[in-house]
Amino acid sequence: MSEVHERLAAALARIPYAGFLGVRAELKGDELTLSLPFGEHLVGNPLLPALHGGVVGALMELTALTQLAIASKSEHFPKTIDIGIDFLRSGRPVETYARARVVKIGRRIANVQAEAWQTRRSEPIAALHGHFLIAEDIESESKFAS
Amino acid sequence: MTAEPPLYGAGRDVFERVRTMMQWTPQGRALGLELVRIDNGKVVGRIPYRAQLAGDPDTGIFAGGVITTLLDQVCGMAAVVAMREPAVVATIDLRIDYMRPAAAGRDVFAEAHCYKIGKNVAFVRAIAFEDGPDNAIAHAASAFMVNSNSGRRIGANLRAEKP
Repeated sequence: MSEVHERLAAALARIPYAGFLGVRAELKGDELTLSLPFGEHLVGNPLLPALHGGVVGALMELTALTQLAIASKSEHFPKTIDIGIDFLRSGRPVETYARARVVKIGRRIANVQAEAWQTRRSEPIAALHGHFLIAEDIESESKFAS
Repeated sequence: MTAEPPLYGAGRDVFERVRTMMQWTPQGRALGLELVRIDNGKVVGRIPYRAQLAGDPDTGIFAGGVITTLLDQVCGMAAVVAMREPAVVATIDLRIDYMRPAAAGRDVFAEAHCYKIGKNVAFVRAIAFEDGPDNAIAHAASAFMVNSNSGRRIGANLRAEKP
């Protein structure tokens, strides 16, 4: 089991876009925390300065995808069906963290919530909820298609 | 009912100003995000394909986050174009439906339209695609706070947090 977890964390590290952002993964048991050290290239509003909303959304989506892969014991990433992002606070130019909670895994679809925060876990800067097509079904779909 | 004509969204000057605003964003520059056109209040942006932005090293398909950021950015610009006086906006919420993955190796475009703007909030819809909005990668619906910098000084986020 923990080997699967580690392989997933390694799979995340191989994602080119995760490298572009500078995302790092930390796994404690089956709980994943992604961290995103601040970089100038992540800024959306240089006056404040504030992180780009898309970057914060992307961080939470990556967290949700990986946490769901862990929870569904799959080595493949699920596919995103839809996401809703609430922006709660301006993202300051410091390191940002994200964790996700798998609310429900159905036969085909999973519901996941994620939050991003900076200095205080109790003061999230953004929240995400999303629906994902779980990996087993992606495989069986492709079998039918071929 | 006829929609109000785009208030700030006409003419070449607007295109240049919006393009400047987009290039002013470091994340936009890092993604290579370009303003393609502004037509009748609709803002079209593009991210040229780059393998570095892939969500899967095997397929080379753009990561979902790239599409999210593109949609967020063009939606924000569509809100600015709908204003009488351009001001900075901040996303309140952004909802995205992903219909299909982007095609590997293709540039992705997004077209956004602000269909309602008030004193405080702008409502924007957008579609991401390679060839045209009829074959969409994703649809987005979003709300923006208008003039989000008001009351906050330059560098507000650099000051130490209250304990």
